[in-house]
Amino acid sequence: MDLLYQIFIDPFVQMGTAPDLLVQTLWEGLVGGVLYSLIALGFVLIFKASGVFNFAQGIMVVFAAMSLVSLYGLGIPAFVALALTFAIMLALAWGVERLVLRPLVNQPDIILFMATFGLTYFLIGFGELVFGGEPKVMIADQLFLPRGAYDIKMLGGFVSLQKIDIAATVIASLMVAALAVFFQKTRIGRALRAVADSHRAALSVGISLEQIWVIVWFAAGIVAIVTGIMWGARSQVEFSLQIIALKALPVLILGGFTSIPGAIVGGVIIGVGEKLGEFYWGPLLGSGIESWLAYMIALAFLLFRPQGLFGEKIIERV
Amino acid sequence: MLYREVGQYKTTYEADHAIFPLLQDRIGIAVILAIAFLFVPFTASDFVVNSMLIPILIFALAAIGLNLLTGYAGLISLGTGGFMGVGAYGCYKLATAFPQVNILVPILLSGFFSAAVGVVFGLPSLRIKGFYLAVATLASQFFLSWCFVRVPWLVNYNVSGAIEVPTRTFFGIPITGPNATATTRYLVVLAVVVAMTWLASNLVHGRIGRMWMAVRDMDIAAELIGIRLYRTKLLAFAVSSFYAGVAGAMLVFLWLGASEADSFDINASFLVLFMVIIGGLGSLLGSYLGSVLILGLPIVLRTLPGSLGVPLNSATVEHLQFMIVGALIILFLIVEPNGLARLWQIGKQKLRVWPFPY
Amino acid sequence: MRAPSSEVLAGQVLLSVENVSLSFGGVKAIRDVSFDIRKGEIRAIIGPNGAGKTSLLNVINGFYQPQEGRITFRGETREKMRPYAAARGGIARTFQNVALFKGMSALDNIMTGRSLKMNRGFVWQLLRHGPALAEEVEHRRRVEEIIDFLEINAIRRVQVGRLPYGLQKRVELGRALAMEPDLLLLDEPMAGMNLEEKEDMSRFVLDVNNHYGTTIALIEHDMGVVMDLSNRVLVLDYGRKIADGTPDEVKADRNVIDAYLGVAH
Repeated sequence: MDLLYQIFIDPFVQMGTAPDLLVQTLWEGLVGGVLYSLIALGFVLIFKASGVFNFAQGIMVVFAAMSLVSLYGLGIPAFVALALTFAIMLALAWGVERLVLRPLVNQPDIILFMATFGLTYFLIGFGELVFGGEPKVMIADQLFLPRGAYDIKMLGGFVSLQKIDIAATVIASLMVAALAVFFQKTRIGRALRAVADSHRAALSVGISLEQIWVIVWFAAGIVAIVTGIMWGARSQVEFSLQIIALKALPVLILGGFTSIPGAIVGGVIIGVGEKLGEFYWGPLLGSGIESWLAYMIALAFLLFRPQGLFGEKIIERV
Repeated sequence: MLYREVGQYKTTYEADHAIFPLLQDRIGIAVILAIAFLFVPFTASDFVVNSMLIPILIFALAAIGLNLLTGYAGLISLGTGGFMGVGAYGCYKLATAFPQVNILVPILLSGFFSAAVGVVFGLPSLRIKGFYLAVATLASQFFLSWCFVRVPWLVNYNVSGAIEVPTRTFFGIPITGPNATATTRYLVVLAVVVAMTWLASNLVHGRIGRMWMAVRDMDIAAELIGIRLYRTKLLAFAVSSFYAGVAGAMLVFLWLGASEADSFDINASFLVLFMVIIGGLGSLLGSYLGSVLILGLPIVLRTLPGSLGVPLNSATVEHLQFMIVGALIILFLIVEPNGLARLWQIGKQKLRVWPFPY
Repeated sequence: MRAPSSEVLAGQVLLSVENVSLSFGGVKAIRDVSFDIRKGEIRAIIGPNGAGKTSLLNVINGFYQPQEGRITFRGETREKMRPYAAARGGIARTFQNVALFKGMSALDNIMTGRSLKMNRGFVWQLLRHGPALAEEVEHRRRVEEIIDFLEINAIRRVQVGRLPYGLQKRVELGRALAMEPDLLLLDEPMAGMNLEEKEDMSRFVLDVNNHYGTTIALIEHDMGVVMDLSNRVLVLDYGRKIADGTPDEVKADRNVIDAYLGVAH
């Protein structure tokens, strides 16, 4: 009885008695969710255009952030360093296309998926070799990212909004809008969607697969840079972020692997659900449940809607 | 000339249906087993046995487990590490609850714990496929990792939070704990791994193996010829997790001697997955080859620069190791997506027609 | 032309489909179709592309669940079939786009068709000795008979993914035969074949029907083959039944001619 009370009644009583805390938790969940969405967005871009489930998106985020910080550390002005990081991600996209994707064209999806595992390991080793294993501090000030917080008096208490979180949310929204326009309105966007539907059909109408792949991997690289800066500015830049990036996977499950709006909504659901769970129900289980709660939410969800929030129902044919 | 089936006529379906229909293969297996059981224990140094042979065998067993699931039944899993952990902790609980029972019993029984957990996390496999399922198995991995850290009952409330392996004897000879010699532990591991490989080989060459492969290759057709997908998939999860569990139990009890939760984290899952990919999906032999390569590579990398006179510090070696493993995975997938086992087959085919290839 | 023997025409009904409708979202694949298949006959299902022929087979063996209607198989009536129940009850099929297990040899593919008939449990499978091996060998013998019958001895060890299309179709037929079905559903068994291959396949179909007494329902586009092989023909168009009868009756039917040649407006 007592346990049932603790599970079903007590958390809601807490929410009711301290609404400011609830709002604070919701906000933090939202921001966390936006960052998950950003990583998921990188996955979606590549999956949409090449059918490759890019396990390396997480390390690409870390790699981009590390490059930026290290270049600045060499005495290069911040915005020049940022430009050079873009160049690095372009080179990475080109290298991946050349050395990994092109030789593996027409292989089953699982083989390509495994290849991105290899890429992940390679980038971890390479990154640690070049940048060193220690955590680094993101150059947030130099990039004119705001610092500090707005304290808003409401609901009989304070809700504190970090400015960097607000900036992250705004920038993420802008980027999603830009990507949506790019996908829907431009010639390259149309080609990308064509490739996503069928490689062979796209080839037969004269779309260059090589070019498209470099473009999407570069786009995913840009998303990675933005994610890296934002995430780095909230905590610090370190290689273990790579594992946290796996959190983007439940987001993808919720949103479907090919839907950009899905990635956003899924990210927010996961972010908010995770924070609420950790804050209100976590103490019951001995805390730390953030490490798996997201996956469980996604799993529970999958059982009811296997195709994700925005995916279409698949009709199997024989 | 030596490796040829010419002249070996089979007069019964029993003979044709054997797992090694060729005489040469049967001789080869017998020789390898003889060396492993009779020669190695008396000649190999403790270092070789402890840091190479035992882990290679144990991980080969885990890789066989994952291969049954991923290579044969076509279900991707990123949760092997967690299932190995269930075996290890289950074994510890059994071994401390019933100290008088022969230690081999809990090691083998622990597989049933992980099989049960595997079935529970395999339940979503009816409704979801492919990458979605991979993510579902990640849920099991993170959840189990969390349990290993957060549930002190699992380690009998040890302050260290780690499993401490007690000494247990078998006919008066210590086989676990600090007093057991490397050679004894090697022989126990070898016996278990060989026996379980034999069982796995029986399984995949019979009705159940065919059902798994049918589900992997074309689940719709499999369903319409009367294979019950759900049962077949869950059976694959159960058997696979059983193997992982026994491997996990042996990892702690017969190799590490003590273990913390991070022995069974997501990296363990990846490690086993790499072995399966590089070794060859759907090949038991490949599981061994993958284990040899993935575990042997770091050792080579660690000793090679020193013997060439190039001093490298250990951090650099570790980073290089990541890079090389990563690059090798990609290279293997490009050169031979079917893994080392396929290369071995091609080699055998060459040998069959040697020295007159035309 | 195969004259419909009086025995078949008077024969008992093996399977009957009553008022079945199937739709996907707004698309109606089958609209209110009723027909039956009699024991021992070869029943052809024809119609233009998209007429709902394959969907009808899918309904019969339970892969699609119709929204309306009833299916009676061997006297047992149900709203919808389930794949497992269909297989257990003796319905086997082949597919329009070959659905073989690509990673397995031809032999193993056909052996898989015997899964339902093999019942040695898990423990015996682990040991693969004694009864389990005896069972395996016994079924291997049955499978070899099928391999002989279909004349695919030479390719039994070949991975089916590497076989040419015509042989894949044969292996698939072999897999269906291994189930020893009472009702065999063939979805375009001769699509994409040359004349010689078609003749071979027709021979196999007739032999299966004659020797094993297996009832066959087949979808086929080649009218010559349909008219020669079948006892009765069902014609579908846009998911509706437009004609049903002996080949001669169907050939003369106004609706059928319109559906195939178009109507003058």
